Amino acid sequence: MLWVDKYRPKTLAQVVVHEEIAQNLKKLVDEQDCPHLLFYGPSGSGKKTLIMALLRQIFGPSAEKVKVENRNWKIDAGSRTIDLELTTLTSTNHVELSPSDAGFQDRYIVQEIIKEMAKNRPIDTKGKKGFKVLVLNEVDKLSREAQHSLRRTMEKYSAYCRLILCCNSSSKVTEAIRSRCLNIRINAPSEEQIVKVLEFIGKKEGLQLPSGFAARIAEKSNRNLRRAILSFETCRVQQYPFTSNQAIPPMDWEEYISEIATDIMKEQSPKRLFQVRGKVYELLVNCIPPEIVLKRLLYELLKKLDPELKHEVCHWAAYYEHRMRLGQKAIFHIEAFVAKFMSIYKAFLIATFG
Amino acid sequence: MAPVLQSSQPWVEKYRPKQVKDVAHQDEVVRVLTNTLETANCPHMLFYGPPGTGKTTTALAIAHQLFGPELYKSRVLELNASDDRGINVVRTKIKDFAAVAVGSGQRQGGYPCPPFKIIILDEADSMTEDAQNALRRTMETYSKVTRFFFICNYISRIIEPLASRCAKFRFKPLSEEIMSSRILHICDQEGLNLDSEALSTLSSISQGDLRRAITYLQGAARLFGSSISSKDLISVSGVIPREVVEAFYATCKSGNFDLANKEVNNVIAEGYPVSQMIFQLFNVVVEADDVPDEQKARICKSLAEADKRLVDGADEYLQLLDVASNTMRALCNMPQEFSFET
Repeated sequence: MLWVDKYRPKTLAQVVVHEEIAQNLKKLVDEQDCPHLLFYGPSGSGKKTLIMALLRQIFGPSAEKVKVENRNWKIDAGSRTIDLELTTLTSTNHVELSPSDAGFQDRYIVQEIIKEMAKNRPIDTKGKKGFKVLVLNEVDKLSREAQHSLRRTMEKYSAYCRLILCCNSSSKVTEAIRSRCLNIRINAPSEEQIVKVLEFIGKKEGLQLPSGFAARIAEKSNRNLRRAILSFETCRVQQYPFTSNQAIPPMDWEEYISEIATDIMKEQSPKRLFQVRGKVYELLVNCIPPEIVLKRLLYELLKKLDPELKHEVCHWAAYYEHRMRLGQKAIFHIEAFVAKFMSIYKAFLIATFG
Repeated sequence: MAPVLQSSQPWVEKYRPKQVKDVAHQDEVVRVLTNTLETANCPHMLFYGPPGTGKTTTALAIAHQLFGPELYKSRVLELNASDDRGINVVRTKIKDFAAVAVGSGQRQGGYPCPPFKIIILDEADSMTEDAQNALRRTMETYSKVTRFFFICNYISRIIEPLASRCAKFRFKPLSEEIMSSRILHICDQEGLNLDSEALSTLSSISQGDLRRAITYLQGAARLFGSSISSKDLISVSGVIPREVVEAFYATCKSGNFDLANKEVNNVIAEGYPVSQMIFQLFNVVVEADDVPDEQKARICKSLAEADKRLVDGADEYLQLLDVASNTMRALCNMPQEFSFET
């Protein structure tokens, strides 16, 4: 088992990083007064961990017995029927899914599954009716229509099921939904917290950590705990016992982008642009999200750039990323950004060195 | 074993005023409506004003007071934005309901029960123009037996012909004292402990919107128990603490791009919503005394652009970085135009 899963806190009491939030969640469960919840925060900050621990707190160990299902829905939408297929994770008491996987038909999924859950409510030993929990991932990627239909469904079926929503940025969730949920912000753990977690894991695994080693991993991880643990484990596989100056292997795609950045800085010509295009394509084909590519590219370029150019470059990055969102093909916009950068940089070089 | 669910009513519903005279702070409206209750006659009405000022509450209260619980179902039709309200609904549902004749006005069980029905159209500004147009004639034809109450935030989104058929009432944002007194009343009832600092924080983050204030209060009470500090309220409301915004502004002022970049990274890692950040930064910029108007204008322009892009779904980090860079260039009097653009 990966360390990420092995050392994932199972109960709210075990949570280390967001202790305060965990305590508050526990209080919510104890009072049996659980509203709809909206968790938001950057990735690798522990949203999912908290949600799973919360479910366990509510339903006991049965929440962990999940099965993966490929469900089919036949939805009657007036004049036609729509066939939808989606992967869900279910236990007796909760269902988890990412409705945005259904693309523009996400709205039907949201309505259908909540109705279905409302139909078969669990009944406890005393004959009282309980409720189920529906965990929706990536609500920020839901379409506007789906979010609107969600708000009505939330109110209508609030007695039968509780929603736990999980997203990266709450800006993209409509105000109507946010105001119906208890919003919980999960911040990324600080580097000290990551160091603490790594040292904890090291102790459990019986490893000798040279001083400063955990701190270096934490620094490289960009405050992403999952990533920190993963690269910690990679280091362990690569070389043990650790040496204090052991290189921490970067992600291969990051290295690739850094290579692209070097290429761009070296030569600004149509020919080079063509080569860069090939490399960017390679990244996209390997399912690296285009906005991540652009962001990382900007990061790499900013590292090497003269200060007077930084404003200009970051403006164009923001500009082309927005266009990318509106458009269809990401490659055009990344290439446009690269071309723009080349033209700016060339002009700068000519102006400076003649 | 599924836990038992307590029926928990939102406090917004629980403490909704039941009678027109209890509605806070809207004196003219209350005066006209109490008059209506006595004479049992009223015009079509249009309530407009910012959210959380009591528009829906007033409309529901007057309907309840006119008809009482028994007749309410048959005499009042409530439609809001989440119901389907295209032109078809106007043509069928509203028209059918409006056309039904009602008995003559006889008092029943202490309620005036005037001889007309009421149709409440909540959030009328989200109705399409076609649907609004279709209402025009309906309103006049059935004016004998039906009164329309329109409720909206922006009166400019209601077409003129409809607006001119109604008596208009503007609902003012609640002042701080009135808000505090309502909040304290609720705290009393729920046994909450709220210090004066938390109270003023609550009034400032809810900006005259009583509903929002009550929602935050309930959220905080659920999460943190009966004694609530201003920090708890801020964490529930999703408002960014003032220090964070100030720190961001300060780095923009310093003129150091790398520092600003670091600060942007920090804001993103802390998980603060960027749209909120932009909104609060806007407040800081507008209130800043030492910044000339031209610079303020430049910053506001870039804020507006970033906001639009965020609505379109652009990446938060890049947009905030762009905002930071624009703000910095404006504050430090760097040239606005890019020098190397071709």
